[in-house]
Amino acid sequence: MMSNMKSMIDLNKIDVQGGKVRNSNQDAHQEPVNVLEVRNLNFYYGKFQGLKDINLNIEQGKVTAFIGPSGCGKSTLLRTLNRMYDLYPGQRAEGEINFFGENILAPGQDLNLLRSRIGMVFQKPTPFPMSIYENIAFGVRLYESLSRSEMDERVEWALKKAALWNEAKDKLSQSGLSLSGGQQQRLCIARGVAVKPSVILLDEPTSALDPISTGKVEELVHELKNEYTIAIVTHNMQQAARVSDYTAYMYLGNLVEFGKTDELFIKPQRKETEDYITGRFG
Amino acid sequence: MNNTQLSNHNAGLFRRRKLSNTIGLSLSISAMAIGMLLLIWILAVLFYKGFSEINLEMFIASAPAPGSEGGGLLNAIVGSLLLVGSCTLISTPIGVMAGIYLTEYGDRSRIAEITRFITDIMLSAPSIVIGLFVYAIFVAQIKHFSGWAGTVALSLIAVPVIVRTTENMLRLVPGTLREAAYALGAPKWKVSFTIILRAAQSGVITGILLAIARVSGETAPLLFTALNNQFFSVNMNAPMANLPVTIFQFAMSPYENWNGLAWGGALLITMAVLVLNILARVVFREKVQG
Repeated sequence: MMSNMKSMIDLNKIDVQGGKVRNSNQDAHQEPVNVLEVRNLNFYYGKFQGLKDINLNIEQGKVTAFIGPSGCGKSTLLRTLNRMYDLYPGQRAEGEINFFGENILAPGQDLNLLRSRIGMVFQKPTPFPMSIYENIAFGVRLYESLSRSEMDERVEWALKKAALWNEAKDKLSQSGLSLSGGQQQRLCIARGVAVKPSVILLDEPTSALDPISTGKVEELVHELKNEYTIAIVTHNMQQAARVSDYTAYMYLGNLVEFGKTDELFIKPQRKETEDYITGRFG
Repeated sequence: MNNTQLSNHNAGLFRRRKLSNTIGLSLSISAMAIGMLLLIWILAVLFYKGFSEINLEMFIASAPAPGSEGGGLLNAIVGSLLLVGSCTLISTPIGVMAGIYLTEYGDRSRIAEITRFITDIMLSAPSIVIGLFVYAIFVAQIKHFSGWAGTVALSLIAVPVIVRTTENMLRLVPGTLREAAYALGAPKWKVSFTIILRAAQSGVITGILLAIARVSGETAPLLFTALNNQFFSVNMNAPMANLPVTIFQFAMSPYENWNGLAWGGALLITMAVLVLNILARVVFREKVQG
């Protein structure tokens, strides 16, 4: 399953094996598989160092949450995982991020293919200026050529995954912008799910939503983790506690503490973590 | 300190401020009034002189021979439509693609900066200079005036307008939308052409409509290129009739029916530009609401 070669074909193979969680993974005896291994990661915005020597593993089929005060680097870390920072000159990462054993920071990676394997949903809903159906079909068409009926099925499947099918099934041809904010965000999640990535990165997905929509998105995270690996950045500590299996607390570009969510919230190892989660700081 | 004391204390200052306020306000109102008055005056004269000249014959007959009665502007109307139409077909793809280059690809690179600078110069270039330029490199080479030369001259005026509006409209598209498209693994050209361009669609169309409105009234660049034609012709490779130059020639002529046709043509062109401007506003407003 490990491969050190960096060609496009290898990344494809990885997906076949890694895209879905095997049933045996739920077996307690099974060794956990790390989808992403971050090793000695340093990140720079020009001269400013945004991340300092980060090391952590993201386990397959689990939800990993990143918490910490604003500017601590949690979104930055998330944006290195699909190399979103690459769009901006002057931003660079050093170290290794191994995606099923393959270093995605190595030169010559096909970033488009990588991003189709590691999807992302942003803070503000970003529906494309096209119909709901086309919003979902857009990403799928990039890497698969499906017949009309297969595409119909895929769109329905993705919308059901994102718990949006009942609300959207009668207006698939309407603009994605006609949906409410919460619906738009679920459309964005459906769009990400539709291309069947291995990992879904959620960058504060509920911070622009009302409590009811937030609840729906959180339920969704619960549902999705059976088939996808999820990394979520959140400002809301209760949300991290509710949805995640692992939590990373970051401060000033450092990874202060990383561990099982239950343990981190009930008995943090570090004083700084305790101060933050008990609200004494931040 | 109570209120009376305060106002007494500052009475002089308060009076001065009130006075300068009154002066400033009346200056700006009179500037506005002069501008509006001139505009209304122009439109009033145009309607007064032109409206009675607009009749069916204007649209079905070509330019009259010198000294003969009646006649219309069919050749000039069709010629203008051909010139402006082919100019639109040429300048829209060039302008839109250059705009996409400037925002999505070039951004702050040296070539992009130079392109922007040249575009800005082209925007303010006197149109007669553009006419002379096309005369020198095109008309003088093929040794006759032609509709194509006119199209090229009009395109040189339209392209910079479209480039700049397209660029400005694409810049308004939020960066998060770009990131969202890249996050699905879409290649750059696909992001630019299907997502970003579509998001800015109505703004870009508005820019194109305004460019068309701008070139449809241009006379100077056509004088040296398409020239004019007394007869009905759809041959783009020959001198071509058009409204602005026809208005220019007919208005200067000694014949009364020619003068009348010039007024009618001027009104026609003004109305066309007005309709284009209104259309541009409607398209743009739809974007803001949608």
